[in-house]
Amino acid sequence: MSRGNDNGQWTSDEMMTVAAARELGDEAVCFVGIGLPSTAANVARRMHAPNAVLIYESGCIGSRPDHLPASIGDGVLSESAVANVGVVEIFSYWLQAGRIDVGFLGAAQIDRFANINTTVIGPYDAPSVRLPGAGGAPEIAANCGEVIITLRHSRRAFVEELDFVTSLGHGTGNGCREQLGLRGQGPSAVISDLGVLRPDPATKELKLTSVHPGVSVDDVRDATGWDLQVADNYEVTPAPTFEELTVLRKLKAVS
Amino acid sequence: MGEFLSLREAVARYVEDGQTLALEGFTHLIPFAAGHEIIRQQRRDLTLVRMTPDLVYDQLIGAGCARKLIFGWGGNPGVGSLHRMRDAVENQFPRPLEVEEHSHAGLAERWRAGAAGLPFGVLRGYVGTSLADHTKTIASISCPFTGEELTAVPAINPDVGIIHAQQADRDGNVMYWGITGVQKECVLASCHSIVTVEEVVDELAVRTGGVVLPAWAVDAVAVVPGGAHPSYAHDYSDRDNDFYAAWDPIGRSRDAFAEWLAGVVEGES
Repeated sequence: MSRGNDNGQWTSDEMMTVAAARELGDEAVCFVGIGLPSTAANVARRMHAPNAVLIYESGCIGSRPDHLPASIGDGVLSESAVANVGVVEIFSYWLQAGRIDVGFLGAAQIDRFANINTTVIGPYDAPSVRLPGAGGAPEIAANCGEVIITLRHSRRAFVEELDFVTSLGHGTGNGCREQLGLRGQGPSAVISDLGVLRPDPATKELKLTSVHPGVSVDDVRDATGWDLQVADNYEVTPAPTFEELTVLRKLKAVS
Repeated sequence: MGEFLSLREAVARYVEDGQTLALEGFTHLIPFAAGHEIIRQQRRDLTLVRMTPDLVYDQLIGAGCARKLIFGWGGNPGVGSLHRMRDAVENQFPRPLEVEEHSHAGLAERWRAGAAGLPFGVLRGYVGTSLADHTKTIASISCPFTGEELTAVPAINPDVGIIHAQQADRDGNVMYWGITGVQKECVLASCHSIVTVEEVVDELAVRTGGVVLPAWAVDAVAVVPGGAHPSYAHDYSDRDNDFYAAWDPIGRSRDAFAEWLAGVVEGES
């Protein structure tokens, strides 16, 4: 589904991907999830972050794929990597040891403190929907310096209460991660197809800090399952540039 | 001892009903042919271990071979759900499936402990998540030196570990390269191991990132070219992404799956 597009020049998914790509700093060492995060990270590497190091949990370190990987273990990731290591090593020596600056994750559901559910909808023992599960996300969310999350906005995805916390964001609010002894700072941004949410520094509750062009604050509130806080000085996300769109579309075309 | 057997003989000799079994391979080198042979030999009540169940376990679960699944991420990569697995979890079809759910980091530590002959592995993980509430094999432990709270997970030691590799030499030494996953840990942690290979070569070449398993650390080697299809074997085949997409409607429908299953059962090993 595409929406929030005010001019027919780009889709809301493209806006989301470009906005997510802008979050990744040059020279960041980034642990990348497959799908939207991987697309965004590879756009970033072709734009403002040529020195970003992309790490995939299949053990590929410093991958520079010329097309988007279809899976986390796509051959292009290992062929273009600086180093290939085993899965035990990637999680233990590289992620757990604190060598990763940014974790880039997708999600099925998220709550106001950016906790993530990718496990079940409904009771665990009798789920109405069985989702794929944790994969690498819990320890990516725990151990990276910061975490960027990207997912499409809807009331089914942005929920008041999660049925299952697969990966911890800011838990129950400010101080929760520190209390649990987690080393990483947790989610710093949630990028959706409608806008950008960031944790309030005092409470760690997600606040709408930016709406994408053509999207109103009410649109975002309507698609959010809790009473969404809005920053006083919220902005309109700069529209995708011609160059960003060209890079993204080229990448998609060869994949 | 790296004994060369046909795949049919290897499975018949080592795989029994009620065992704990692992078919590993992280997207790459998934031993599909071995999974199909287990389906043909109608093994039952298996506890299946795998980081990413992928289509190979969707097929084994749909065929009624499994009673329990130990896993980290159960999806069809880049496509969607594993519908046979979901049907088993959500509707107990074709039989109930007990799940023991971990993260990949936790399972990796379970494999490392299994390979190392230790009773458990240690990590910084699971803290604050619901996984620890639902999975009994996740426990808190204090570091005896610093007092830091850490997480312990028990070793995995399957009865049989099965992997696919690119090559074996004539002595039964095995080599694989590319994305190497947890296959070394799987073979070393398992009581018995079966390795299917693309081909037998006179000599294993030195390769960057190549992993060699000495023949004496492997029980059986079976030559099965294309044995990882629809996954892939680096330098031998490409991942059949179309098959992964085509699996979605097959897995969704009990009838379409039954038809696929009939084809596998009739197939030659």
